[in-house]
Amino acid sequence: MAGISHSAGDVAKVRPPSGAAIIAALKAADLREVVAVPDIVTSDGLLWPISRDPEFRLTRICKEDEGVSICGAMSYNGTRAILLMQQTGLMDSLNAIRAIGVEYELPVVMMVGLQGKEPHLHPDQSASYGVRIIRPVLDAMSLSHSLIEAPGDEAHIPQAVAAAYAASRPHVFLIGRPPEAP
Amino acid sequence: MTLYRDAALKALIPHIRDDDIVVAVYQSCFDWLALNPRALNYVAVGAMGQASSHGLGLALANPDRRVIVLDGDGSLLMNLGSLVTIAHAGVANLYHFLSVNRVYEVNGAHPLPGADKVDFTGFARASGYAGVHGFGELAPFASVLPQLLSTAGPQFIAMEVRPGKPYPRDYAYIHSAQARAQFRQALNRR
Repeated sequence: MAGISHSAGDVAKVRPPSGAAIIAALKAADLREVVAVPDIVTSDGLLWPISRDPEFRLTRICKEDEGVSICGAMSYNGTRAILLMQQTGLMDSLNAIRAIGVEYELPVVMMVGLQGKEPHLHPDQSASYGVRIIRPVLDAMSLSHSLIEAPGDEAHIPQAVAAAYAASRPHVFLIGRPPEAP
Repeated sequence: MTLYRDAALKALIPHIRDDDIVVAVYQSCFDWLALNPRALNYVAVGAMGQASSHGLGLALANPDRRVIVLDGDGSLLMNLGSLVTIAHAGVANLYHFLSVNRVYEVNGAHPLPGADKVDFTGFARASGYAGVHGFGELAPFASVLPQLLSTAGPQFIAMEVRPGKPYPRDYAYIHSAQARAQFRQALNRR
């Protein structure tokens, strides 16, 4: 919240997740289609490495709601896809997510960098209004979500993706710290 | 110069293959559903402006099928960036038809901003589509369709149209689970 102070020591204690481990988990989840608007949180650790990895097909889009539609449409024949973006793009895409993900019951899987989140704070405790409202907004929309911000957090990715496709519903991975570049 | 939308869509029907996917929105969708009901009509685009992006997703995931998008001008204005995305993706199997009537037809027929100036073919050309075409009369439109649909995409076809017969607006169907299930079943049949 505004007014909370945090020392350099607090920040230094936390460790970021591994970009390589997240990418390996995406592959383990059979995700090969990546649709993305660049996000500074995930740029070095995820998007640049993915852009160079021939196992992925990267579709660069101009605006995030395009990606909601692309991923939803791909799912009709079982093609798995993930949309990478920042929380600002998530907020801008809520109507598309509402309609295409929730009401149409499509497995739109998203990975969202929380730009402006303090590395050592939970998103709900962030001084940034734009960060701390994200989980409550997702909850209000009954959207499944999980947090990836420490080494090992990525282990649940394959199971969460499988669950999203099995239930044909969206899932949002929130990236709380910039992943370490591979 | 008159091209009625239903006449344009009727001219398109003979060129649609059984395995083509047709993504249609708003009044083009209602007209198309009345004129050519088929299981591979994709009608659930959810949010206004998203037809072209659904079409891109379908084209990428189904490279062995043609994807025909029947878009509207008001809709496209909400997602102009998708023109750049589609052109950059280079989907050779996507054909983007645009009904240009310069009004928000199903929302009270209010004029588009810049209705008397906007050049949709200019947008598509500047975005880098493989081919860009504009028609305001039926005969040239109908005669070019066979060649156009056998040319590698993405192709953009603007149709300056007037409304035709008033086909019923069945919103309940286009948002229905039945429509989505029917499409999914047909897509995965083979």
